[in-house]
Amino acid sequence: MTATLERVDAARPAPAKGRSRSRARHRLTVLAFLAPAVLGFALFFGYPLIATVVLSFTKYDLINPPEWIGFANYAYMFADKLFLTAVYNTLWFVVVLTVARVVFALGVASVIARLKSGVGLVRTLCYLPSLAPPVAATLVFFLVMRPNEGPLDAFLGWFGIEGPLWFADPAWSKPGIAAVMLWVSGDLMIIMLAAVLDVPQEQYEAAELDGAGALRRWWHITLPTISPVLMFGVVNSIILALQLFTQAVVAGSAASGAADITGATKNLGFPENSTLTFPVWLYTQGFRYFDMGYAAAMATVLFVISFAATALLVQRMRKATYQEEGGPGA
Amino acid sequence: MRKIPRAALLCVAAAVSLSACAAGAGKTDQSGGLAAAPGKDDKFSLTVWSNYSAREQEEVTKALQSFKKKYPNAEIKHEGSQDDDKITAGIRSGNPPDVALSFTTDNIGQFCSSGSFQDLKPYIDRDKVDLSQIPDAVRSYTEYKGNRCAMPLLSDVYGLYYNKEMLAAAGISAPPKSTAELLDFAKRTTKKAPDGSIEVAGFLPTMLFYANRPPIWAPNFGAKWAGPDGKSSLATPEWAEMLKFQKELVDFYGFDALERFRAGLGQEYSTDHAFHQQKIAMMMDGEYRTAFLKDQAPNVKFGTAPFPTIKPDLYGIGFTTGTIMGVPKGAKNPGAAWELIKHMSLDTDTIVGLANAIKNIPNTKAALSDPRLEVDENFKTFIDLAQGGKLQGNPVTPIGDAHIKAIGDFATSWQAGKVPDLMAGLKEVDKQIDDQVAKSGK
Repeated sequence: MTATLERVDAARPAPAKGRSRSRARHRLTVLAFLAPAVLGFALFFGYPLIATVVLSFTKYDLINPPEWIGFANYAYMFADKLFLTAVYNTLWFVVVLTVARVVFALGVASVIARLKSGVGLVRTLCYLPSLAPPVAATLVFFLVMRPNEGPLDAFLGWFGIEGPLWFADPAWSKPGIAAVMLWVSGDLMIIMLAAVLDVPQEQYEAAELDGAGALRRWWHITLPTISPVLMFGVVNSIILALQLFTQAVVAGSAASGAADITGATKNLGFPENSTLTFPVWLYTQGFRYFDMGYAAAMATVLFVISFAATALLVQRMRKATYQEEGGPGA
Repeated sequence: MRKIPRAALLCVAAAVSLSACAAGAGKTDQSGGLAAAPGKDDKFSLTVWSNYSAREQEEVTKALQSFKKKYPNAEIKHEGSQDDDKITAGIRSGNPPDVALSFTTDNIGQFCSSGSFQDLKPYIDRDKVDLSQIPDAVRSYTEYKGNRCAMPLLSDVYGLYYNKEMLAAAGISAPPKSTAELLDFAKRTTKKAPDGSIEVAGFLPTMLFYANRPPIWAPNFGAKWAGPDGKSSLATPEWAEMLKFQKELVDFYGFDALERFRAGLGQEYSTDHAFHQQKIAMMMDGEYRTAFLKDQAPNVKFGTAPFPTIKPDLYGIGFTTGTIMGVPKGAKNPGAAWELIKHMSLDTDTIVGLANAIKNIPNTKAALSDPRLEVDENFKTFIDLAQGGKLQGNPVTPIGDAHIKAIGDFATSWQAGKVPDLMAGLKEVDKQIDDQVAKSGK
């Protein structure tokens, strides 16, 4: 495509003076329209990003001027006992939440797409939880799953099953939070539903005439057609998991009996640091231990990792889609 | 593509660095001179930020208004629900309150060492304030390395709460005085179902649950946070004894059974609290619980006593903390702010009135023995502890509550049976704390 354009440009005669002026004016107009977005990007993304990287090389207590200390903050990550715990917890959420959210959202969307009646009601019911504030949603789950007292435990008890301790057990606290996150993934479900409904019907009909079953139609028609939306869902879920904070703090605090305590006595990471996600540890270092330089270094690492993971994923998925569409190697 | 000149890149980086530095620098105060006290009839306004809310906020606002007896034209605006993050953000943005109240004495090291709160010593010296009227332990948690950047506003003292009926039912006539007795009484008052699950726990040793925090427990076992060299010293027999005591009780219940029981208990400041619901027979808590029990669980017949100690000579020891007040860096009216702080912290009438209103312990010796202080049998325990001279304040470091989290996490792992070597583990915690302090450079 690029080559074609270049050839066309080369074949054209040199532009007249008036035409060149008009093109410059056009560029200025475009820039003027873009200016608010560019300014916003530079102010609220570019500057904080660069400032964070710069601060990551300093000792900074939030009050006094930052003091340059080179790579000391990065080196401290190897001595910080909880750094790897936080990395592990966040990676757990990245893997589990990404898979679970996409599968859950796509599964629900596929079911709704096949419904003959009551579509509007079901769609609304599935979407509604995503409007719940994260603190409220987590507290609801905490109360429902509360051992001995919660309705879930009572329900399991009818079948003779002793439910897990959920948020109070280091082995179950992360799955508990993942359950909350799944419950509020109605936004992704709506996007998936739109994508599923957008698949051209005639393709299904043609495939059906060729004898393709439901599974083959789904695999060879639905999936490739919605793959850009799937990619969005994956990237969106990865970012969501990398930033998981509120639900982890609320779940840990409530499980430790300190949900209604203000200030620094909140038990972040409870139980046994199983809910200490990377952003929670970053916040703790920056705002509770007043080591903003180290927190900035952690934020930089988080940014680099999420950027690299997203870029790699986008590249892989593009390649896969290209091959599916009949490109080399298909 | 045209390359961006390296010089331009360096300029951008330098500009960003400078602006980042400038953002943190803020304005400086107290360049030698002291802000003068306002004249008696001067008209001025002061903004006070605190983390109080609801009824307590109203009571503190009333107490703040008593300042008008000294300065009739003062206008005081009290904003509640302002935590330390907001105070720090206010200082950084150049819009701090004139007076900041903080609940988290864990942060006093940072407030003093960073200059977030201004040094009050010059004002104290100028006004010849006698600090000995404040109990030693309370003084200790309002300063850091000789830098007095805060004054106390009431205090909290921790002791033992026990359910009289539950103890009597187990044939116990008086609360435990030693940790050995506590262990015995806890076992005798525990009720287990035939399947081994806990119905009532005599005493919950679970660390980080309710008031079971290391600084609150440590004094009763004679455990100290730092050695003579100022370094963390948790790898000591005292800390080990405390943890072994907890483990023995955990093993009595069975870790899994205890965790299942604990996980079903209500929140610390809700009506569902385990002691209110008579699901635990004894617990460690602050004096404020007397007011909660009176209000939320009037049927519970409870008593209070000093928390049991490992050695008899330690009996009467306890932990104390409280609200602290400071003049933030960049405060617009530091002279008047200091006058307000002095009034709230040292005026006996104001302290007694507020202590009666929100059921906290007065922070001066005069107010502690004031006859107007409303003291019932249960509250008296805490007044006696405060007057006993054995209280210990919150450990002060420049790293917030990092040291408390480190030992709290360790204690939790220890109770879960995940620590093979107790002393080696404690040494590791010491290193963790020392590393973090060293990194802060303070």
